[in-house]
Formats: sequence, structure tokens, C-alpha cells
Amino acid sequence: MRAARGITSRAHPLWVAYVLHRLSGLALALFLPVHFYILSLALTDPARLDGFLSLSLGGAVKAAEVGLVFLLAVHMFGGLRLMALEWLPWQPAQKTVAAAATAVSFAIAVLFLLRAV
Amino acid sequence: MSDASHRVTIERGPDGDAVPQVFEVPAQDNQTVLDVVSWIQQHVDPTLSYRFACRVGMCGSCAMMVNGVPRWTCRTHISKVVKGGSVAIGPLRNLPVIKDLVVDMDPFFDKWVAAEGVHHGTRTRDDPIAPVDAGSAARVAADAGIECINCSVCYAACDTVAGNDAYLGPAPLLRAWTLLNDAKDEGRAAILEAVSGSGGCHNCHAMGSCTAYCPNALDPMSAIAGLKRETARAFFRKGG
Repeated sequence: MRAARGITSRAHPLWVAYVLHRLSGLALALFLPVHFYILSLALTDPARLDGFLSLSLGGAVKAAEVGLVFLLAVHMFGGLRLMALEWLPWQPAQKTVAAAATAVSFAIAVLFLLRAV
Repeated sequence: MSDASHRVTIERGPDGDAVPQVFEVPAQDNQTVLDVVSWIQQHVDPTLSYRFACRVGMCGSCAMMVNGVPRWTCRTHISKVVKGGSVAIGPLRNLPVIKDLVVDMDPFFDKWVAAEGVHHGTRTRDDPIAPVDAGSAARVAADAGIECINCSVCYAACDTVAGNDAYLGPAPLLRAWTLLNDAKDEGRAAILEAVSGSGGCHNCHAMGSCTAYCPNALDPMSAIAGLKRETARAFFRKGG
């Protein structure tokens, strides 16, 4: 392993927040076409849509939805954090803001889970 | 592994074919990473190349990668970084390696100049010195960044630099920010022009590695955010 290329130089909260924002964005970009395809079934094939909607009551899909809600929330709050960082007067506690954005996203996902079960 | 010695892996050779070489170095009290590298050069292999000058954290010439983290080696105690008796030392990341632990700092200093990190004076020696209000917000912002020692630790830590050769990087942009806030500097337009180009401040993804690893506890990330605000403000003032 090259010492110069080890991952350790990135193991700090704001880098993790950066990666979380990028990965959540990528995952949402992959999800959206599927989402729109399913919605389009309402026009093209309502019977298949009904079949899928009944499937979505299952536990596995609910669990996936919790993940999706977390991705949406963490991407939104992460994006708001970056906009605040770049546009509002400088706030020294950037790590706290990043942690708060993640915590609020997690709370929203848990709230969704509690309502789903 | 006894406490009496450290097992030191050093990446040697020019970039691309660096070969890790392991040395046993006697442990001493208050031993810095630079002391360890110097011991190897003085007692085992005089061909080991590395760079240092002041040994007290002033000159910014001894930065290296230590266990994957860019550090000023003269002010880093080996006891803080050694893991299980071992430590890995390599040349600074994001800069061309000349030999062993010596990197070519030219790209870094070139970007310093490209970011207009130079004094833009308009007065002559016959003019009075520009008044500096020590308590003004601009001066406080400038003061917060002027202790940079050009060690390139932030530049080595930055993944945006790693992915984009054109990006000016944290230290040059920090210097641009201090000059932008300096009452004695008249280069505002030139600085904003320089830092808003394709390699400018808007490339920054706010990963914060520069601020996390700056040995002088400076905050290039906030300076770059400041430049983003100022360049945007200048853009909208001009009407696009």
C-alpha cells in the first residue's frame, strides 16, 4: 500500500458528509427512472400498477422505502448545508451542521419506519 | 515489536515505481517523524532524499505523507503516529516526486501566483502607507489566513486537486482571500478574475480535508467559501 494513497487522509466528518451527499444523489438518480416508470403504468397498464402497489405493502419494500426516505432527506439536508456554507455568513461549526443534517435525516427515516409498521 | 525501535517503511524512488523500504530506527524520547527520517539518512542510507530546513514549523519544507495523512514532519511526534511499532512515510500526494521523499513544489507555487497570490500595490515609497483598521471584519478575515507557511499539506490532502490538475487548490485560494481582504492590496478585480476561472474556487466540493489537516490550524475551506460568495456577488453586480 502506498502511504500517499491511503484512505486515512479522508477519514474525517466533512469528507464523509461529502461522500454521503454524492452517493445519496447517485442512488436517487438510479431510483428516479424506476419511480417514473412505475407511475407511468397508471396510464399504460393499470393492472400491473395495482399488482405492484399490493406488492409494496410487503416488508421488504417498506424497508427499502425507509432507505429511500433517508436518501431523500440526507440529500436534501446535505444540499441545504452546502448552500448555507457557500451563501450564508461563515459558520465555524461545519462538522456540527453536517452531523445535524445527517441526524435530522435519520430521524425522518425512523419516523417514516414507525408510521409504516 | 519492542518499544526500543520503530519499524519505518519509506516509499522510495521516482513517482510510479516507488519501492517501499523498511528500516529499524531506535526510539528516543521526544522524537519527531523528521528525526526518524534524518536518523535513517545519517546512519543507514545517505542516499535517502528528503527536504527540511528550520525544524520548528516555520519554513514549510518538510511535509510528507505519514500513514496516509499529510503532516509537517518536524512538528509531528513519532509517538503520535506510530501504530503497533510501525509507521509508513511517503512523499506528499498530488505533487510530482523528484526522488524519495522530495516532491517538486513548482506546480503548487505556480498556482499560488496564478491565483494572484502576489502583492498588488499601487503606491510608491513616497506615498503614505494605507491605513489598516485592525478591528475591521476584512482585516480579521485576512489575519485568520496569513500564517500560511506554504507547506502544501492542504494541497496534498485535497481530493479535488487529485482529480483536477487545473484546480488552484486550498493554499493559493486562501492567500487570494487574505489579499482580497487586505486594505494594502489593490488587486481586487485581478484576484476575483483569477479565482473564478475554470480552475478556481468554484471547483471546491467543501470536503474540508484542507482545514482538517492544516498544521497551523488555518481554515482554507472558509476562505474558499468566502471567495465563492465574493465572485458570485461580483458576477451579479456586473449583470452577468
